[in-house]
Amino acid sequence: MTDIANVPGGPQRASTTDLVAASLKRRHRKQQRLQWIGMGAISIAFLMLFILVSSLVSTGWQAFTQTHVTFDVYVDPEEIPEDRLPRGGFDDALAASLGKMLPGVDMSDRKTARAVEGILSNGAQFELRDRVVADPGLIGRTIQMTVPVSDPFDQLNKGLIARDTPEENRRVTNTEIQWFDDLQDAGAISKPFNWALFTNADSRFPELAGLKGALVGSFWALLTCFLIAFPLGIGSAIYLEEFAPKNKLSDFIEVNINNLAAVPSVVFGLLALAVFIGWFGLPRSAPFVGGLTLALMTMPTIIIATRAALKAVPPSIREAALGLGASKQQVVFQHVLPLAMPGVLTGTIIGLAQALGETAPLLLIGMNAFITSAASSPFDSATALPTQIFIWADSPERGFVSRTSAAILVLLGFLVMMNMVAIYLRQKFERKW
Amino acid sequence: MTALPFLLLIAAVMAGYVINRMAAGAIRDRGDRLHSLIGYHGMFSALLILVPVLTFILLWLVLQGPVIDRMVMGGLPDGALDDLDSGATQLVLAEIKSLANGRVFGTPEDWKIAAGERFVQLSNQAAWLLAIAVAVLAVGLLAFARSRVAAEFRARQGVEGIVSGLMIFCSTVAIFTTIGIIVSLTYETIRFLEAVPLTDFLFGTNWEPQIPLREDQVAAEGAFGWLPVIVGTIVITIVALLVAVPIGLFSAIYLNEFAPRRLRSAVKPVLEILAGVPTVVYGFFAILVVAPAIRSFGQSIGIDVAPNTALAAGGVMGIMLIPFISSFADDALSAVPRALRDGALGLGSTRGEMMTTVLFPAALPGIVGGVLLAVSRAIGETMIVVMAAGLIAKMTFNPLDSVTTVTVQIVTLLIGDTSFDNPKTLAAFALGMMLFIVTLIINIFALRIVRKYREAYD
Amino acid sequence: MNDMSTIERGAKLSETKVSARGVNVHYGDTHAIKDVNVDISNNNVTAFIGPSGCGKSTFLRCLNRMNDTIDICRVDGAIQLDGQDIYDKRVDPVQLRARVGMVFQKPNPFPKSIYDNVAYGPKIHGLAKSKSDMDDIVERALRRGAIWDEVKDRLHSTGTGLSGGQQQRLCIARAVATEPEVLLMDEPCSALDPIATAQVEELIDELRENFTVVIVTHSMQQAARVSQKTAFFHLGELVEFGETGQIFTKPEDPRTESYITGRIG
Repeated sequence: MTDIANVPGGPQRASTTDLVAASLKRRHRKQQRLQWIGMGAISIAFLMLFILVSSLVSTGWQAFTQTHVTFDVYVDPEEIPEDRLPRGGFDDALAASLGKMLPGVDMSDRKTARAVEGILSNGAQFELRDRVVADPGLIGRTIQMTVPVSDPFDQLNKGLIARDTPEENRRVTNTEIQWFDDLQDAGAISKPFNWALFTNADSRFPELAGLKGALVGSFWALLTCFLIAFPLGIGSAIYLEEFAPKNKLSDFIEVNINNLAAVPSVVFGLLALAVFIGWFGLPRSAPFVGGLTLALMTMPTIIIATRAALKAVPPSIREAALGLGASKQQVVFQHVLPLAMPGVLTGTIIGLAQALGETAPLLLIGMNAFITSAASSPFDSATALPTQIFIWADSPERGFVSRTSAAILVLLGFLVMMNMVAIYLRQKFERKW
Repeated sequence: MTALPFLLLIAAVMAGYVINRMAAGAIRDRGDRLHSLIGYHGMFSALLILVPVLTFILLWLVLQGPVIDRMVMGGLPDGALDDLDSGATQLVLAEIKSLANGRVFGTPEDWKIAAGERFVQLSNQAAWLLAIAVAVLAVGLLAFARSRVAAEFRARQGVEGIVSGLMIFCSTVAIFTTIGIIVSLTYETIRFLEAVPLTDFLFGTNWEPQIPLREDQVAAEGAFGWLPVIVGTIVITIVALLVAVPIGLFSAIYLNEFAPRRLRSAVKPVLEILAGVPTVVYGFFAILVVAPAIRSFGQSIGIDVAPNTALAAGGVMGIMLIPFISSFADDALSAVPRALRDGALGLGSTRGEMMTTVLFPAALPGIVGGVLLAVSRAIGETMIVVMAAGLIAKMTFNPLDSVTTVTVQIVTLLIGDTSFDNPKTLAAFALGMMLFIVTLIINIFALRIVRKYREAYD
Repeated sequence: MNDMSTIERGAKLSETKVSARGVNVHYGDTHAIKDVNVDISNNNVTAFIGPSGCGKSTFLRCLNRMNDTIDICRVDGAIQLDGQDIYDKRVDPVQLRARVGMVFQKPNPFPKSIYDNVAYGPKIHGLAKSKSDMDDIVERALRRGAIWDEVKDRLHSTGTGLSGGQQQRLCIARAVATEPEVLLMDEPCSALDPIATAQVEELIDELRENFTVVIVTHSMQQAARVSQKTAFFHLGELVEFGETGQIFTKPEDPRTESYITGRIG
């Protein structure tokens, strides 16, 4: 203990303090740099989310309105004779009536007549047909109709087609713009909320395409998924958490479930295609098969959530009930499970929300078919919301870009709603033991 | 018609419950001591009927379709199906079915109309047969259950036995799913390997699955070497990780140690939103915003960029993976015991030094596990690449080029094609098999690391 | 030479190293430390004793501002190290902790090699000019931690592989490697077996040569064995502070007496 270096207050001691003091500035700068990088990383993530949402909203909001034209239609008996119903020249009758609204248009010129007809959506003639078939007395009379305009004119009205681009690069000609302006001046153009987005099924024409088929398909698929995954998931979780002996088999099941949760979704699609459709002969494109596939994918999520919820119920409750002479099953089903239910439901809703957004397996089982009517049972062909988004995103027509964004906004709306319900449940029933 | 067996089942279940409950009640009213509560006697009967009959109905319904299809097709006149491949046979069947449903297109041949009628007849017979079978089975079970009612009958144990059996069945569904995946992939892969030798598949550098549809069609032979496909997958995965890992890690480091508590509780849910966005939305984002942006940027500095670059698909996939990595890293950092933080701070390290020299190294195993899981996600991710990556397989590591991935090929090979007898569709299953094996290995490895790491600090 | 150092030590005994005046600590709504005044003198061992939850650890953590890391903790009053207020805004807690080292209740070696554990402090503070300089620092610290002989052959194996007592001595070596002036020890033996405890206690007595040691302990015997001065805390108050021998034989406050005779626990 006579070592000089060890004597306190020696030269070494003084230099330690000085060395530390000298290094401080540099070290704090380093920490500051780390913080800046961290904040930068979070800002990038936020920026990406912002760009994602804003690009969807900016392209999608216009799909929630649709340009309509209102005009008087003369139901010409020459074009639409009563004895030929439901056939007839509904399109020509509409075009002729619309032509009257446009000053200086020579409807006898076939090319011009075609062009005038092109202002209207292809769905307009079917609307007229349905009205006339329902009431043949309309033939020979003049009725007022409000029908959607075709996509180019819708885009023009929404300002998505710039008028100052050279005519040859534009989807509407100068004459057509003039016609549209004439109609606008006449007060015939309106832009109401686009209910057709929710009441129509898919269509080749953007102005007629809607999400009804996809919404119904997703509903059937999710219902099937819930009815299968919920009981199976809960039963499996209860068994593994409360009853299973700790042995190799239950370990294996557990590893299995964890791995299943991480298997790529497209592999589940292959499974469904080979087994459900190929071997069992279930119908292609059916929401039932989609729901079955989604159920297999959702089950691990529900099992993991249910087990966590069961684990959170304190053992004192089990012991209290067991002490009163209840059997183990009575304890679990009458006491533990009801207490764990909010957690179970939260996990289930989150699992279903994931299932709602799942696309790849549905593509493989053919739920990307072009289907123009909503499914009336889970065994009919249908699309689902995410596959509909995929179909529209693939469509070349300009009008489908904003439809796709709108469909995504609808999908995200559902997801937000489901997650909010889950958060509400979690907070309302959160229990502090 | 389909509802009838179910209605019968419900009626039988309710009847079983009521009858046994009343019978047990009668014994009790006579003054005998029952072993189980009367409700359990009722439940016993109800479950005893419900489980076997429901299983029977579901099995029947699953098998009925294929069996009737086969009977109808087997009953067709000789020669009707000659020189038709399986796709065309399917079309004939579909036509017969739509005839059976009363939808007539054009003028079908007489034998098709006859087959349609036969189809309707068989379907009706099957439905009646099912209803009768259900009724017989239900009544038999009802009688059996009723005969068991006695004072000393352990109805509760009976019920609990059935419930246990049901729960065990539920737990095995996960195993059956895995078995189903393995068996179906293996089966179709073996069929694929009958047409294409394994070495060609594993080591071939050419992927051109466009085989001729007709015999006389002049087209490429079709090449099934998966190397260019897996190269593309690797390129996109690397791009995704280059985006996700730094951003995710630094976000986690900041949130875990430096962010004020208020900021932390505000940021975490927003990151969760990023994680909850369906991948089809990211795919659309890639083609709507990111790919055009990269392309116009490339043009502005004079580089020719493909419209569906690996960079766009991988970059967007990276954005998707940010919350995944950051939440894993955050959990791993939080799992480091407080004692280590205190130890580092007590020695006079700054919080930054504590993070970089103690916390982060200590959390590294957990973080590596999370990154590995992210890798397996990136490899298996489908929608983003289906929408934003290319279709042509190219042996290139250039991220500005257009590459394809395993998942893209699976989807494009299978979309709109139903027959499973040509190498083209079977190739999708072979690719699926490889995808499953690769991701499974990574997952098992990653989950093991994560689990070991958690145990180390528990 | 020996006489000289004895005189020097005697002179330093009276010197106050750390002085606390009117210290109050709040944890959220809990008033954990109530108006504590204490003077800790240079180069001897001061023990804080008291029933669990009495605030002795909390007070100890005030002395190197470890409580700063807990969001809801608020410290009022003045604590001076060599006459300088350590809660002054200009004082950097990083620098303070380099001067006031700390050893924790549970041994907490970093998951690194033994060498890296000890070299950690000198490295971050930039105390070593070269590799051989660092080797010297590490060896000296391990010798002071009375663990050199046990680990000198496996300096590069991991520190978490040692036994509990070895780990704690490693942590002490790690703390003294930065040459602090004050060494705070928060129940350093509570996780150790009796033999390891005896080794660590012996070590504490040796450390007194070079450091001002403050130790929190729940064991009165330990306080009696290792300390020169003892402070008794009860319900957040400093009840009595004085020479260890006097506290244990002639306590002035009835609460102290009750505690050391086993009536308050």
